[in-house]
Amino acid sequence: MADQPTPLERFIRGILPENPVYRQLLGLCPTLAVTNSMKAAITMAAAVAFVLVCANTVTSLIRNLLKPHLRIVVFTLTIATFVTIADRLLAAYMYQMSKTLGPYIPLIIVNCLIICRCEVCASKQPVFTAISDAAGQSLGYGLALASVAGVREILGTGMFFGFRVLPATWPDWAVMVLPPGAFITLGLLLGAVNWYSGRGAK
Amino acid sequence: MAETEKDPAEKKNRFQNNYILQAWLCISLALIFGISLAAVQAALGPVIIENKLNETKEKVPELLLGSETAQKMAADNKAFKITPRSIAVEKNGIKKFYSVFEARFEDGRLGGWVTKVDGQGYADKIELLIGLDPAIESITGLFILDQKETPGLGNKIIETKWRGQFAGKSTGDHLKVVKSGAKVANEIDAVTGATISSDSVVTIINKTITDLRQPLKDAGRMKKE
Repeated sequence: MADQPTPLERFIRGILPENPVYRQLLGLCPTLAVTNSMKAAITMAAAVAFVLVCANTVTSLIRNLLKPHLRIVVFTLTIATFVTIADRLLAAYMYQMSKTLGPYIPLIIVNCLIICRCEVCASKQPVFTAISDAAGQSLGYGLALASVAGVREILGTGMFFGFRVLPATWPDWAVMVLPPGAFITLGLLLGAVNWYSGRGAK
Repeated sequence: MAETEKDPAEKKNRFQNNYILQAWLCISLALIFGISLAAVQAALGPVIIENKLNETKEKVPELLLGSETAQKMAADNKAFKITPRSIAVEKNGIKKFYSVFEARFEDGRLGGWVTKVDGQGYADKIELLIGLDPAIESITGLFILDQKETPGLGNKIIETKWRGQFAGKSTGDHLKVVKSGAKVANEIDAVTGATISSDSVVTIINKTITDLRQPLKDAGRMKKE
């Protein structure tokens, strides 16, 4: 038990040492698809955080009742329920944003980040640990989405959160807003993060 | 004695291996989740439908009068009285229902019609609002309610500049997409690099007008009498 991380350590790990996008390479579909503006990326991250915290809580509460061979079914069921709730909430109270995100909100169901946390942490740990783990991972995910979206929005449109930050003479790099821009940005940022943490290890 | 010992064990085994019993957690969770989702839908469903309807209604003045006149109308605190209607069109023995909004000025004069239609685009369904003048002689405006066309190319159909071409087009002729430099009255410039998206929109409009022209004229006349 000595090497079991404390809830606080789990929370911190989610942010960078075990960042879902940069270290685990999980949940990349939304990372590529909805990061052409900051607002969309933040909404996406919030929806993922909601689903992840709720799913981790429920999974942790029922962890002693789980049967090993039926656990994935239960995880999926739980995740799907909370994703549907998130989707309906967005459509009701953030109608424009839900139109922008389109199919990517329902697709959180298949975001492997969430099922990974249910499997690795929530199905084995008490509720508080599971929640702090979910919070850390969500925050790490949000930061990752925001970093990709920030680069893409600034270079692609000269704006940040819809406010102009680059001079109007900036030739908007349309490619950054298009899908190739997502791959280029993510690739370069991944490389930078790896280079940075690799340098620290030596 | 050995036999009686074996029997309950086997029974217990069979009991434990029963699929339904093994899945009790899944089944009860599914029930609980199902009920809570039904509750969420019951609470939020009307709000969502209202959101969609509001968006449509908000667009009606702009679609019928153009944005300048619509803004002036809003500034004067005047609004259309909008009645949603469903118009049935029978074609080749198949009945199709069009969702049409009838807009009247406060004095009861018919302001025009807005119809909500959808059709296949390049990527996914495109949902359009088409504004028509009271006599169904010309298109007064076009708005894209929902589309998932290629960002940067096809999704330029939502831009005012492109949509603006449709205002004032006659409903008598079928619209036609040309690459660029539309000259004839019924020609529409394609979005550069997105001929299919442009074609889809125009096809939807042509089809809708062909279907709705007569029924709407009748509906307008009936109301007058």
